[in-house]
Order: sequence, then structure tokens, then C-alpha cells
Amino acid sequence: MAAIPDDGIMIGKVTGLLAEYAACIDGDELERWPGHFTEAAHYRITTAFNHARGLPIGIIDARNRNMLEDRVTALRKANIYEPQRYRHIISVVRLTGSEGGLVQAEAGFMVIRTMIDGSQDLFVSGRYLDSIDFSGERPRFAEKLVVLDSDKIDTLLAIPL
Amino acid sequence: MSEASIRPATAHWPNNGLTRVPYALYDDQVVYERERERLFKGPTWNVLGLECEIPKPGDYKTSFLGDVPVVLVRGRDGTLKGFENRCAHRGALLCLERFGNAKAFTCVYHAWSYDHDGNLTGVAFQNGVKGQGGMPADFRRQDHGLRRLKVAALAGLVFGSFDAEVPPLEEYLGAEIVQRIRRVLPRPVKVLGYYTQTLRNNWKLYAENVRDPYHASILHLFFTTFRINRLSQKGGIIVDASGGHHVSYSMLDGKPDKNGGDRDYDAAKLRADDASIGLKEPGLLAGRDEFGDGITLQILSVFPNLVIQQVRNSLVVRQIVPKGVDRTDIVWTNYGFVDDDEELAALRLMQSNFVGPAGYISMEDGAVGAFVQRALPGTAAETSVVMMGGDGATSQESRATETSVRGFWKAYRNAMDI
Repeated sequence: MAAIPDDGIMIGKVTGLLAEYAACIDGDELERWPGHFTEAAHYRITTAFNHARGLPIGIIDARNRNMLEDRVTALRKANIYEPQRYRHIISVVRLTGSEGGLVQAEAGFMVIRTMIDGSQDLFVSGRYLDSIDFSGERPRFAEKLVVLDSDKIDTLLAIPL
Repeated sequence: MSEASIRPATAHWPNNGLTRVPYALYDDQVVYERERERLFKGPTWNVLGLECEIPKPGDYKTSFLGDVPVVLVRGRDGTLKGFENRCAHRGALLCLERFGNAKAFTCVYHAWSYDHDGNLTGVAFQNGVKGQGGMPADFRRQDHGLRRLKVAALAGLVFGSFDAEVPPLEEYLGAEIVQRIRRVLPRPVKVLGYYTQTLRNNWKLYAENVRDPYHASILHLFFTTFRINRLSQKGGIIVDASGGHHVSYSMLDGKPDKNGGDRDYDAAKLRADDASIGLKEPGLLAGRDEFGDGITLQILSVFPNLVIQQVRNSLVVRQIVPKGVDRTDIVWTNYGFVDDDEELAALRLMQSNFVGPAGYISMEDGAVGAFVQRALPGTAAETSVVMMGGDGATSQESRATETSVRGFWKAYRNAMDI
């Protein structure tokens, strides 16, 4: 791993980005969600099983920010799913590298899903494998790979992780 | 084995036909157990996986036939074999991994071991220790093999059956279904990835859902909202003679509908009022006519547990695994072909956004079965209505029909003898 200057400060910045990111999803401000990504960002949700074997299929596979905006439009106007909320619990951040102006970071997460009838379950747990662009006014994800620990998705995955 | 009798309400089919389905079939433990014995372990072929998942001798895969754990293995001679994933001694699971390679299968509990054919080849301390204990002198290993499956493959797709009397696979499927399976499996296959969707409903609600083209453009509003799909597009429904297998297919030009839709859609108020809605990234709609016949959507089912889906260039084998009266796992195996070029490989990944638990045109299927399941209390004597497109279970050109749902119940009643 390339040397990363002032690790503590960088960890703080990544932590802040993840906190903002989770707050907009958990707070049902999905319209703000794509803004956390660069225009050419790649956002993909996969499983640990597929990831370990290099199997490329995604549960969601968005190749740019426009596709994230399309997904929000679809969730708001087209797709049908019961009202539900997420609560992200994100672990401490670990920096894993830096390259070409991008910082690589990893964090574990859990999402507790609350349905409208009040029932709650641990919906998913996994890892964020992020590549973050700090060159602009605010940090944005150039790549966000969401690796789920389990293969199983309960019912459906509508709201992004 | 003896079977408990089915509750009268469950066995009551108004007019003895297929246009009413008793709700009691979806939450009855006796029905569930009868399905295991008569239907899944009966003379049916159940999909277990793809040949390419276990390419080398000794490669194995664990799966389920109905809810019964099974192992699929490639023998030394390259042939496919299958058996129940349960030691013949005390009944522990034999294989715990999803995939692996083994020269022999040895139970972790007491180290009984079996060859690729399921023959018992070793019993730990069979002759006792220092002349004490051990198996009786008349114990014969050949009497204690694993329960074997019949295994057959078609176009790289592997099926198993517990019933020695099951008809040959191609006869079971019929010529039309065989041709439609070969259509989406014409070349050597490679797996692109897996995921499993857990449904909070009885397995039959999913089996019906995939055979129901009536709901497609009503529940799944993605296409209509973005003005892409219409039921009036050219296509049709094929139902085989048994009723249990079906194909729903359509031809779709892949271009946004500039004319604002036909009158039936507008009359049914299925369109979004906001005509300005469009995709910011139209690349999602790109596709290739890879099979050369213009068909862009083909949903195929084989009774009881297989669905093969082609949504443009997204190809998936879905295996239905019952997990109790009100739980079902759908195992999605996304695939492509070994010789896919770069562009086609990229199209498959892009279009995977349409399908699966987060799929634009499939996520609702994960929830709608549970909407029925949760509304079951109080329906023990009631039936659902399956009248769209008449009372028959034969092929039709219109997709405004429930003919293949009726076909499912025809095959189901036959298999269950109710």
C-alpha cells in the first residue's frame, strides 16, 4: 500500500462522507444520493461469494451517475414496494491505498430494515470497497463496490445500500 | 408411506375446473408434505444446476430437490450422478460446501464414506476395536448406500428425479419446450454470478407468478412508466400438453414508444401521466438479437421448479426451492456463453439491472406473493379467480390471459391426485 499522509485526517474525511451518504439514504432523501458520486462513477452491489470467484454479475450495476438518477426516478415513479426504512450502521474506516488522486477505503456495514408494520430485521451486512475522488469541492465516490456477506436477499432490494 | 388426508376445503375445486384455486393450498402443512412425496419426489424432473458448474471428475454441487438436500457430482467417467445429501447411518448432511471436489464423500459424524455413485465404501471401526464392538457379521455395506437420483441433462441444464419411473427428460418436456430451452442454451455456458431471493410466501405463488403474463405490464410499471413495453407487442403463450410447462415470449423493438401508447393502455390508466419521464442513461435499453429471431423476452417454466428467463440479453436459470409452507428461496444463476464477445458480455451485465431482487422489472415479484400469503387468514374455504382468457390451459396468442396459470394447476392436480 502506498504511503498515505496524515492518515487520521483522511480517515476522518472518509468517515464524514460515509456518514453523509448513509444519512441521505436512511433519511429518505434519495434525490441527494447520486450527488455522492462522480459523473463516471461505478456503483455495484455484489455478494462475497461472487466477489471471491470473480463472477461479474451485479445485483445493481450502475455504470455512471445518470444510472443512479434513473434508479431514483424508477423507485419514485415506477417500482412498487412497501414503505420501508433503512438504518445503516457503519464500522470504523480502514484506508487500503491511494492512487492517481483517488483514495481507497473499506468499511463494514449493517442495514436494519424497518417495515411499515414495525417489523425489523437485519437486512444485510457487508463491506463498502470505495474509491474516493478528493479533487473537487467535496469528496465523491468514483467507485463504490458493495460486497454483501450473504447471498440471500429477503423479498427485494429497492432502496440502495 | 401413509399420508394424512387433505382437508376437504383444500380438495374442493368448484366446477372441478381450473378457474378457481383453493387458498388453503398455500398454507397447509399436510399439503406441503404431500407435495414433497407426490410431486417433488414423484415422477417429475427438477432442475439442479448447470453442467458447467461441475466440469471435472469429482466436482460436486449441493442443491435441493423440493426441500430435500441433494448432491450432484461428476463421476470419474464424466457422467453426472446425484444422491440425497444425507448419510445413510445417522442422517447427517454429507456435504456442507456449495461446491467442491472430492474423491469420496465422508460423513464428518462417524466417517462413513461413499463413492461418486453413492455406494457405501467404508465404515469406521466396522470390525470393532481390539475384537470388541463393531458391526454385526451380517452387516452388508451394499445395503446402506445413499438414496440415488436419476440425473439427466439437456443443453447443459441438469435435472434430477427421485422416481425411477419418471419418463425420459425430453418426453417429459415435450418437443416445443425442448426447442425453447435449446434456444436460450445453444452454446457452452459460463456462470456470471449467483444470488438467492428469499420470498415470504408459498412456492406455488411464485410458480403461478412466472406463468402469469397478465400482471407483467400492470405490476411492473418500469416499462410502462418509461414507455417501453406493451402487451400488444407480438408474442404469445405456449402451454405444453401436461399444462405444467410454459413459454411466454414477446418481440420488442427496444425503442421508447414515441406515439404515447395505444388506447387500451391509456384506457386502463397504466401510463404515467408525466410524459417527460425518460431514462437519462438510455444504454440500459441497448441490446442484441443474439438468437436471431427477434424475440426479446422469453419466460419459460418447467414443472415444478425451473424458470429460465431471457430479458433481452440477460439470461438466468431460476430454481424454486420450497422452505416451508410460507417460505421459498429463488436461486438465480445468471449465465452467458463461453464465446461471448466483449460487447455482449457488457450488455449482459448492464441488463442484469432489469432482473433479480433489485431488478427494475422483477423486484415486485419478490413482494407480491407475500401480499397474497399475508391475506390468507380467513380464506380456508375461499378460492381465487383464474378466468382471464377462458377456462382452458392451451397455447394462446394473446398475453392478456391466465392460461398458463391454469396449466400449472392442471399439472399440479394431476401430480397431487386432488
